[in-house]
Amino acid sequence: MTAPATPATVPYRVYKPAAGRVGFGRWLLPVYVTIAFVLLLIPIVYTFVFSFNDANRSNISWNGFTFDNWLNVCSQADVCAAFGNSLIVGGVSTLAATALGTAIAIALVRYRFRGRTGVSLLLFMPMATPEVVMGAGLAAQFLTAGINKGLLTIILAHTMFCLSFVVVTVRARVLSLDPALEEAGRDLYASPRAVFWRITFPLLLPGIVAAALLSFSLSFDDFIITYFTSGSVQTFPVYIYVAAQRGIPPQANVIASAVFLIAIIATLVFQVISAQRAKRLDKR
Amino acid sequence: MAIAALVPASGQATGGAGAKRRGGWIAAVLLLPGLLYLALFFIVPFVSLLLTSFGINDPEEYGAFYYGFEWQNYVDVIVEYWPQFLRSFWYALLATVFALLISYPIAYFIGVRIRERKMLRNLLLVLVIAPFFISFLLRTLAWKQILSDEGPVVGALQFLGLMGPQDHITGTGFAVVFGLTYNFIPFMTLPLFTSLDRLDKRLIEAGGDLYASPAQTFLRVTFPLSIPGVISGTLLTFIPAAGDYVNASQSFLGGPGTAMIGNVIQSKFLITVNYPQAAALSILLMAVILVFVSFYIRRSGTEDLL
Repeated sequence: MTAPATPATVPYRVYKPAAGRVGFGRWLLPVYVTIAFVLLLIPIVYTFVFSFNDANRSNISWNGFTFDNWLNVCSQADVCAAFGNSLIVGGVSTLAATALGTAIAIALVRYRFRGRTGVSLLLFMPMATPEVVMGAGLAAQFLTAGINKGLLTIILAHTMFCLSFVVVTVRARVLSLDPALEEAGRDLYASPRAVFWRITFPLLLPGIVAAALLSFSLSFDDFIITYFTSGSVQTFPVYIYVAAQRGIPPQANVIASAVFLIAIIATLVFQVISAQRAKRLDKR
Repeated sequence: MAIAALVPASGQATGGAGAKRRGGWIAAVLLLPGLLYLALFFIVPFVSLLLTSFGINDPEEYGAFYYGFEWQNYVDVIVEYWPQFLRSFWYALLATVFALLISYPIAYFIGVRIRERKMLRNLLLVLVIAPFFISFLLRTLAWKQILSDEGPVVGALQFLGLMGPQDHITGTGFAVVFGLTYNFIPFMTLPLFTSLDRLDKRLIEAGGDLYASPAQTFLRVTFPLSIPGVISGTLLTFIPAAGDYVNASQSFLGGPGTAMIGNVIQSKFLITVNYPQAAALSILLMAVILVFVSFYIRRSGTEDLL
């Protein structure tokens, strides 16, 4: 806050308490934010610590430190199988949702067409519908159509709810794209195909990658819709939900912790790289 | 590759930045696959749910039903499950309010206070989204263990005499609201951050220059400018919280008296296989959410939704 010269007409007391409270807020806010972050991170630390617990089937009380769970993740075969299913579902539905969603995002920004409001509404609705309703709807549909629930139905469902998030993410990137760059390409006699692959696509790529990562993490962590569409197939969250009643083996904590570490490291590396790139661009 | 055709032929002028062209078949090619997909796997399931909700249970065969026009399903579920309905919206409302109160200072700190310190800012943003990277079921179970009767929190509170020996935390409404609040804090913090990050700091300074107290500046400048973030954060928290059934489930933070509407729908659909009633409950939940959402749409218009 800048301190203005106090005009004579304004009493001094108006200014002073304001300045005093800013000083108070200066340390209050950081302390509050620190406490909030500690609380937010407690369950993550707990999950990580208990991945080293020397426990068998039910990982509730601390029995001692061991690396065995990390070394023998697949000694609990069903944990590994569920994790594998989650990777397949996440991978396939991310590819499908990213392709479908990117095309929609480009069309939304670049083209005028009738029924835009309807399209926006259709894209918004899956984000505004409680998962339990979408899950029940899909389950009712698969039941009526006589489709057996399994890996395929989970993938179909995940592609649906990831699609809108892809559109939102990529659309923001298309909006920030300067059409002059593409015009320059055309002025230099690039074919439409070359303009797309050498200019448009590389510029959209960060948005597309971000959308794909978002899709994958939404799919990987989804439980509610998956539970309605999975039948007897278990993804990682479904495995945890089912196992929660009789006790979760520490191997589940190992997988969750490993995924967490990989994601965090990837995010930090990505941030450092983009920070350095920004610095390089500044120098130019 | 159809997508390459998107770039107009060199003869066509594109006009100024952001100029939109008449789409024709290219826009259709880009839009149709995705929209057809949503029609098939979002709208058709919804219609199928609506039809099922008027269905009649087959008295001969458990779990079977035939389509009809049975209004009674709606009356039955409202009469039987209105407490769970009210509880869902009450818990979701509490969780939304708590999440807003907890998230706003975090978002303000990251988006405004330390805006110039890029490294710290990015690190804290990563910490905000960190919970996304670890299974939310495991995080909720971690809280269950921490708050359990044998856990450190109950022990400490009993030692201090703040809790009796027969009192519990897990299995109560408090635990469920706690879990919901915790799970949706990132969904609240991120949109708030996006709004506050765009806020022009000079406006806050101007408030001070014009002799407004910090509280007045906050209420009349900062907060009104962050309303878009408040609205989308509230929406992103309230909707999933109202339909959640993990936190209130008895193997997680809930107990016998905490069932929300999601728990009822889930058990009707997957355990007692009463499809018409499960569908009627889902449609009712959706109707309430739609009222909530349409209020939001009227405020901000459909283009802002995405």
